[in-house]
Amino acid sequence: MSGSTIIFYLLSILTLVSGILSVTTRQIFRAAIFLLFSLIGIAGLYFWMQYEFIAAVQIVVYVGGITVLIIFSIFLTQQAGELLPQQNKKRVLLALLAAFCGFALTLLQIIQHSFNKTSETPILPTMENIGNQMLGIEENGFSLPFEVVSILLLAAMIGCIVIALRSKPTTV
Amino acid sequence: MMDPGLYHVLFISTALFFIGVFGFLTRRNLITMLMSIELVLNSVNINFIAFNKYVWPNQLDGLFFSIFVIAIAAAEAAVAIAIIINLYRSHQSIDVENAEDLKF
Repeated sequence: MSGSTIIFYLLSILTLVSGILSVTTRQIFRAAIFLLFSLIGIAGLYFWMQYEFIAAVQIVVYVGGITVLIIFSIFLTQQAGELLPQQNKKRVLLALLAAFCGFALTLLQIIQHSFNKTSETPILPTMENIGNQMLGIEENGFSLPFEVVSILLLAAMIGCIVIALRSKPTTV
Repeated sequence: MMDPGLYHVLFISTALFFIGVFGFLTRRNLITMLMSIELVLNSVNINFIAFNKYVWPNQLDGLFFSIFVIAIAAAEAAVAIAIIINLYRSHQSIDVENAEDLKF
């Protein structure tokens, strides 16, 4: 068993165990921290697959951005040391059944399907290739979705500001 | 134990997806539901990268899809948290049972 295999299994255990803990713990702050570890494990999987750019994006956006945002919103909305309410048993059992059935069904499909690797020459996910394709307007260029996502981010930013504005008392 | 390949990565992403679904069905707090959605989106990203690496390495489409998914997830989380904090201001609680007052 090589070192790469051991690293893969360690990363997958980190990701799955902290994912499970993140959705089952009753302390909301711990849930956020376990989510953080799960996201770091996923970034490690990207590094393991040698997609360094997407791993860096994952760390910057998810670990550095979204998790911090979630932790701040927990600070703003929760009382310290308060446990989340206990769920009723029937709902948990039904959710477990639904998740397990979906999991088994999907896994069955995946195992029965055989994926054939293409024989064409691979393009390495280097920074140069990514940058050329991201802003390219020829074939294989992604400049239109890039612009659409920029507009979406702008709209989301304006939307956040509008929603978070404290409404002034109306003058009569 | 075999050498990990496409099927191992797909197993992990499937498991993570349904962990997120389970959390979404059981949680009743809006912030924890948002965390479950983040897990689901991440499992989809793993799928895109794995297919890009193991099945179609001759193009980079999977990588670009994951970049766009990450950008949209960031926008979604920001808007969702703005709504949650606004809801907390008016109701002093972020339980989904209280969120039905949002429609008026």
